[in-house]
Amino acid sequence: MKEVIKVSNLTKKFGNFTAVDHISFDVRQGEIFGFLGANGAGKTTAMQMLCGISKPTSGKGTVAGFDVLKQNEKIKKNIGYMSQKFSLYEDLKVWENIRLFGGIYGLSDKEIARKTNDLLHRLNFESERNTIVKSLPLGWKQKLAFSVAIFHTPQIVFLDEPTGGVDPAMRRQFWEMIYEAANEGITVFVTTHYMDEAEYCDRVSMMVDGRIDALDTPAELRRQFNAETMDEVFRKLARKAVRTDN
Amino acid sequence: MITVKKLHKTYEKVTALNNLSFTVNDGEIFGVIGPDGAGKTTLFRILASLLLPDSGSAEMNGLNVVKDFKKIRKIIGYMPGRFSLYQDLSVEENLKFFATIFNATIEDNYHLIKDIYRQIEPFKKRRAGALSGGMKQKLALSCALIHKPEVLILDEPTTGVDPVSRKEFWDMLKKLKTDGITILVSTAYMDEAGMCDRIALMREGNFIATDTPENIISAYQETLWAVETENMPASLRDLRNHPKVKTCFAFGNRHHITVQPNLSEAELQDYLKVKGYANIVVEPISPTVEDCFMALTNA
Repeated sequence: MKEVIKVSNLTKKFGNFTAVDHISFDVRQGEIFGFLGANGAGKTTAMQMLCGISKPTSGKGTVAGFDVLKQNEKIKKNIGYMSQKFSLYEDLKVWENIRLFGGIYGLSDKEIARKTNDLLHRLNFESERNTIVKSLPLGWKQKLAFSVAIFHTPQIVFLDEPTGGVDPAMRRQFWEMIYEAANEGITVFVTTHYMDEAEYCDRVSMMVDGRIDALDTPAELRRQFNAETMDEVFRKLARKAVRTDN
Repeated sequence: MITVKKLHKTYEKVTALNNLSFTVNDGEIFGVIGPDGAGKTTLFRILASLLLPDSGSAEMNGLNVVKDFKKIRKIIGYMPGRFSLYQDLSVEENLKFFATIFNATIEDNYHLIKDIYRQIEPFKKRRAGALSGGMKQKLALSCALIHKPEVLILDEPTTGVDPVSRKEFWDMLKKLKTDGITILVSTAYMDEAGMCDRIALMREGNFIATDTPENIISAYQETLWAVETENMPASLRDLRNHPKVKTCFAFGNRHHITVQPNLSEAELQDYLKVKGYANIVVEPISPTVEDCFMALTNA
C-alpha cells in the first residue's frame, strides 16, 4: 500500500537541545495514525516538520510525496490541518469560512459552491449557512472545522488535539467522521490526550524525550506492555522520560 | 464554605448560568465537570468577583462576591483557564510579583508551594513564556497559592495536559486539601471525577447532577453492557441497528451499550454472530461518570 508519510532519522535541534531525536516511521494511505506523547516530548515540533512549517536539522522524508527538506510549500498544499486552538475564523459566517479555505487551497468558485452545498447537507447544517461561527456550539464548530480541513480532499489531514473540551457524545461523533474520512482514503494523523481515543487509531506511536519509543496497533501495544488500557501503556512509557517537560 | 443561591447570568441570547444553587463545604475538593460552553468559566469568574451576576447571590466564607469583592480577592486563589502569568517575567519574578500584590513573601508561605515549586525551581530564571504546558501550570498554581488563600478556584487546570502530568496535578490538590484549603475545580475530562469529594455535572448553565462520584454512579438507571468484537467501527453501526439497543458508543477498546431490560446477552451474541462477527464478548459492567453524563444528557 502507498505510504503518505515516510520519514527517517528526522531530527530538530534548537541550539544544543534536541527536540526531535532521529524519528523514523511510515504512515500508510487511509490509515488513522495516533501520535501520542507527554507534554514536551516533541510532538508539536515533529508535527511542524511534517506540515512543512519547520525545517528539519537533519534526516529525510516525504509527506504526500514531497520532500520535507525542499518542497515544504508543496506539502502545505496537499495536507489539511486542524487544531483545537485555531481552526475557523470566529467572526465569519459558516459559508464564509468554507469559501475562504476553499479559495486558499485554490478551488474554483464553481467547485466551492458545489462542495459547500454538499458539505452543509452531509453535516445537516443547511440552516446554519449564514450563522456566525462564534455562536455555534463547540461540538458543531469542531465538526465544521474538520470538514473544512478536508474540503480540498488532501492526501492527509493533521489533527492536533481536535476533541479537547468537547462533550462526550460529540467527541464520539467526531471520531465517526474521522472513520468516514479514512474510509474515503484520507490519511489521518492525530494527537490526543484522551487515551480512549488512542484505541480508535489503526496504529499509535508514543514519543518520549524526542524519540519514538513505541509504535504499533493499540492491541499489540497493550500486549507488549502487559497493560489493560492505553492509559496504562502511556504511563509505563512516560515514566522512562528523563528530560523535564521543556 | 461556598454558598451559591439562584445565580443567574445571560449573554445576549445565551443563558450561561440558569438559577444555579449549591454549596461547597470547608476543605472539600468540589469538581465542576462539563464540556466547553457549559458555563464553568462564567461561574468561576463570578465567584472570583471578576464578573457580576444578573441575579442571585454567592458567598465565600461569609463574604459576598459582589459587595465584599475587595475582601474576597484576599481570601481566594484564582487560576484562570488561559495562561495568566506574565510571559516576559521569569518564573521567580512572577511568583514574587503575585506575593507582593498580596503583601506576602515567598518565604512566609513557602511550605504551601514547596512540593510544586521545587519541580520548576531549577528553571527559575527562565521566562514564563518559554515554559511548556506542564510547567506553566505548576507556576500558575504556585502563584495562586502564594498568599495562602482559604479558597482555591481552578478553572480547567488540566486542559491540554498529558495523562501523567494530570495525575501529578491531582495529587498536588489532594495534598493542599490536607492543609485545609477548599478547592473548587473545573474540568472537561470526565475521568477526573474520581479525584473529587463531590462533583457537579454541568451542561448548558445547569447542574444536572450534584453528589459524590460514587452516588452519581449508583444512581445510574440504565442496563449497561460492554461489547467487544473484531472490526469495532462496523459493529458500532450494527449494534445501533438492533431494536433493543438504546444507545451505543465507543469507549476505548470496547463499546458501551445501553439496552432494554428484556434483551439477553445470549440474544445479542447470536445477533452479532449472524452478522458475521468473531471473538464476541458481551458483559454487564458498572458505569463510569462519562456513561452517567451521557445518560443524563440523553446522548
